[in-house]
Amino acid sequence: MQKITREQLIDKAVSLLENGTVEAVLGWGKGEFDYDVTPAVFKTADELKAGFVWNDFCGANFSKYLVAKTGKIEGKILVFLKPCDTYSFNQLLTEHRFDREKVYAVGIPCEGMADIAKVKAVCGEGISAINCDGEKIAVTTLYDDEPVMVDAKDVLAERCVNCKSKKHVAYDELLGEEGEVVDSARFDEVAKIEAMTPDERFAFWQNELSRCIRCNACRDACPACTCEKCVFDNPNSGVENKAPANSFEEKMFHIIRAFHVAGRCTDCGECSRVCPQNIPLHLLNRKFIKDINEFYGEYQAGAEVGSRAPLVDYTTGDIEPGEVFDRRDKNA
Amino acid sequence: MQRVGVFVCWCGSNIAGTVDVQAVSEALKNEPGVVFSTNYQYMCSQAGQDIIKDAIAEHKLTGIVVCSCSPRMHEATFRKTAAAAGLNPYMVEIANIREQCSWVHKDMLTGTEKAIILGKAAVAKVNLNAPLTPGESPVTKRALVIGGGIAGIQTALDIADAGFPVDIVEKKPTIGGKMAQLDKTFPTLDCAACILTPKMVDVAQNENIRIFSYSEVTEVKGFVGNFDVTIKKHARFVKEDICTGCGACTEKCPMKKVPNEFNLGMDNRSAIYIPFAQAVPKVATIDPNYCNMLKKGKCGLCAKVCAAGAIDYTQKDEYISEKYGAIVVATGFNPISMDKFDEFAYNQSKDVITSLEFERLTNAAGPTAGKLVRPSDGKHPHTIVFVQCVGSRCSACAEKGKEYCSKICCMYTAKHAMLTRDKYPDTEVYVFYIDVRTPGKNFDEFYRRAVEEYGVNYIKGMVGKVTPEGDKLKVQASDLIANKQLHIDADLVVLAAAIEPDKSARPLATMLTASMDTNDFFTEAHPKLRPVESPTAGVFLSGACQGPKDIPETVSQAGAAASKVIGLLAKDKLTGNPCVAHSNELMCNGCSSCERVCPYGAISYEDKEFRMPDRTTKIRRVAVVNPAVCQGCGACTVACPSGAMDLKGFASAQIIAEVDAICK
Repeated sequence: MQKITREQLIDKAVSLLENGTVEAVLGWGKGEFDYDVTPAVFKTADELKAGFVWNDFCGANFSKYLVAKTGKIEGKILVFLKPCDTYSFNQLLTEHRFDREKVYAVGIPCEGMADIAKVKAVCGEGISAINCDGEKIAVTTLYDDEPVMVDAKDVLAERCVNCKSKKHVAYDELLGEEGEVVDSARFDEVAKIEAMTPDERFAFWQNELSRCIRCNACRDACPACTCEKCVFDNPNSGVENKAPANSFEEKMFHIIRAFHVAGRCTDCGECSRVCPQNIPLHLLNRKFIKDINEFYGEYQAGAEVGSRAPLVDYTTGDIEPGEVFDRRDKNA
Repeated sequence: MQRVGVFVCWCGSNIAGTVDVQAVSEALKNEPGVVFSTNYQYMCSQAGQDIIKDAIAEHKLTGIVVCSCSPRMHEATFRKTAAAAGLNPYMVEIANIREQCSWVHKDMLTGTEKAIILGKAAVAKVNLNAPLTPGESPVTKRALVIGGGIAGIQTALDIADAGFPVDIVEKKPTIGGKMAQLDKTFPTLDCAACILTPKMVDVAQNENIRIFSYSEVTEVKGFVGNFDVTIKKHARFVKEDICTGCGACTEKCPMKKVPNEFNLGMDNRSAIYIPFAQAVPKVATIDPNYCNMLKKGKCGLCAKVCAAGAIDYTQKDEYISEKYGAIVVATGFNPISMDKFDEFAYNQSKDVITSLEFERLTNAAGPTAGKLVRPSDGKHPHTIVFVQCVGSRCSACAEKGKEYCSKICCMYTAKHAMLTRDKYPDTEVYVFYIDVRTPGKNFDEFYRRAVEEYGVNYIKGMVGKVTPEGDKLKVQASDLIANKQLHIDADLVVLAAAIEPDKSARPLATMLTASMDTNDFFTEAHPKLRPVESPTAGVFLSGACQGPKDIPETVSQAGAAASKVIGLLAKDKLTGNPCVAHSNELMCNGCSSCERVCPYGAISYEDKEFRMPDRTTKIRRVAVVNPAVCQGCGACTVACPSGAMDLKGFASAQIIAEVDAICK
């Protein structure tokens, strides 16, 4: 259960709409199922009361939506940001992707979001209703008379298990209490993959990425993927719209994407959340973050606006390329 | 579709010796777009260029590939050839099948195979080339000379004589450099001061020259014709424009125990000092490490005795920003430290000295007023041993010395030996050498005179050990010709220490983006054909910063560097490089990645209106490249996350086409 309630968020949104601070509200709206929450724009109190959702499935990071939405309205738009969303918010500001003046950001606390795949692993398929209001998540399925009670801690999304920060690094107004940056074990999984032999590692990714259906959901949800024209949509690039014609294509796609967001990825985990095939895509990005931390010192993209990412900065103290090769040889 | 002509050069046997040029031109005939392919002995010769011109006309070529030497060698030549035949010069691609192929391969088969692949890559690239037109940029008509030794002085004088303003930046309080410390100069034995100090005065009096002494360059931005340089003028605590150089302060200063660096620490100076009588500018400088007033706030004697009122204890370091069209590096050399050469007992005995110290000992303005005496007891030395190549040609001991020949030691040692025998005929002089190298006008005659007329004992062999014993120095050496061990009781041992580039050169090279070799000597643009230019446009080299040099050679290089600078400054506009970055604004996000990595500040942002698919308009921030400032380094193209930034002439698509052609 989240500490902040749906009613509190709606009250805040309604008051900001009514006093004219904002013109629209970017929030979570009802999807087909209770766990299928979708980003939505609300313009009136009635719309909010009818359609606004706040539960353990509101994982969507709204930062990226500001790129498109701020261009479409005259006044300000209200956005609710969980702590991890604020890093993406700052990163996009660093890259001048939206006008800060057009946004009213409200930081909200987050107790971690649930992963529906983990819920289904406990309760099975056929979920007809989910209620997150109590201590435990009540899951009703077509096959059970009584709701199955699931402990939220047991079904936390991986990115929330390894939450990196409860602190909001950007907001105009904060609801609830400010948290701290958390000492997470998020690189443990990467270290495990690093410890594999090259053949094992290849087999691991071959297995994971072979499930890719090139739906582009990871790209479309990723707050770092905000190119005006994606290379995969650009007919001049030579790699556009390639279906997974062979086992190499989808790997290419994900590796190119990981390189593309290297140094800019805030590790928000949206790629893995939206992947319908449950590919742990965030591990590719985390590998880059881990390497950057090791080679250039700790760097968290989006921690502050305007920071210079190590990969697009040069200092005389930068690591020599030879050291990277030495390390590679050691790992081989 | 392009109509491509391929021209394979033999370069005499340079290429044809290891590459089957006929096979290369045949193989490249079948590449896409190629309509003509031939080979010729010397493509860069007039006859070779005519082949290219004729083929362009006859076959209506739209692009050409020349398989020849490095583009650094003849790309400009072939671009001119193409332009003369009416083709845009940027439709020329060079496949380097000499330096990167024939010279590194021994086997004809592999050499030919690689040459064909390199040719294919160039054809693939030229198929995507587009005609380019260079822009222009203005030239700031002022030169900067970094270093005020004889190299810097001569360069500055020559540039100033041509009518261009020049600034000299010298880190010491006076210009003059190493030459000011020397006694006589080989091979004519005229006194160094007599020929140098008039030049120093010329510098001071030349209205086109400004001297920034006790100063250093701290920042260099910009590019050829348009450098922005920051110069840090260290506080000397004396107002330069008021000080008359009378020297009253130096006499009255109570702190007289400061090691005198001009005499290499062989005597002392005061805390406020003028390095030597002929210093330019002749202005006192307070050494803040020793001055009681600056350290403890007590004293102030110099201020009291200064009639001009030039002393200013509150002076601060000053930063000066200036624009220059050209920069000449003349940072010079230093003898290496003798600390690692324990075998010669340099640190154990005062009577083991370096050759530069010997210069000061025999200099009339030196610590002994020119009297050659032992530093330890002031007695006249009767036996002197000169050791050559101390730290030079030291391939087996690279951690101690230098692998290269320091070039000047053979001659100055002959000079020292000759002058000693001339002044003190009762002195026995030994010179130990590996080889005596005297290539230079009148150099060998000079050395022969030392041996034949002055009776200097030249012994081929090295000194193994010097041991101080009593007031003698026991020298153990080998005579390789007589094949025996020698034991000499010497009174003085003189070490011809290797020379190395000044320590300030490395950070300066970084600032200038000028390249250096592993010994920290500046690299020239071409070792034979462009010896005074650095590979960085607008940066020139003068004197020993480029390699060991004697005075005649330094002065001629200084003049050569000056003439290159004059040639540059005489132009009103420079033709730019059209291979600059440009941004595809439809793809640009305005994320600022390119702006952050651009070392030249060539990228700015504009808000532009775009028509959207739904017929609305949207204002977006997009990158704009200033082509006059862009140097085409390509840093932005790799930083751009959207692939919006591309380099004309080196577009990503062209590079990928080359890679594809190579990997096919």
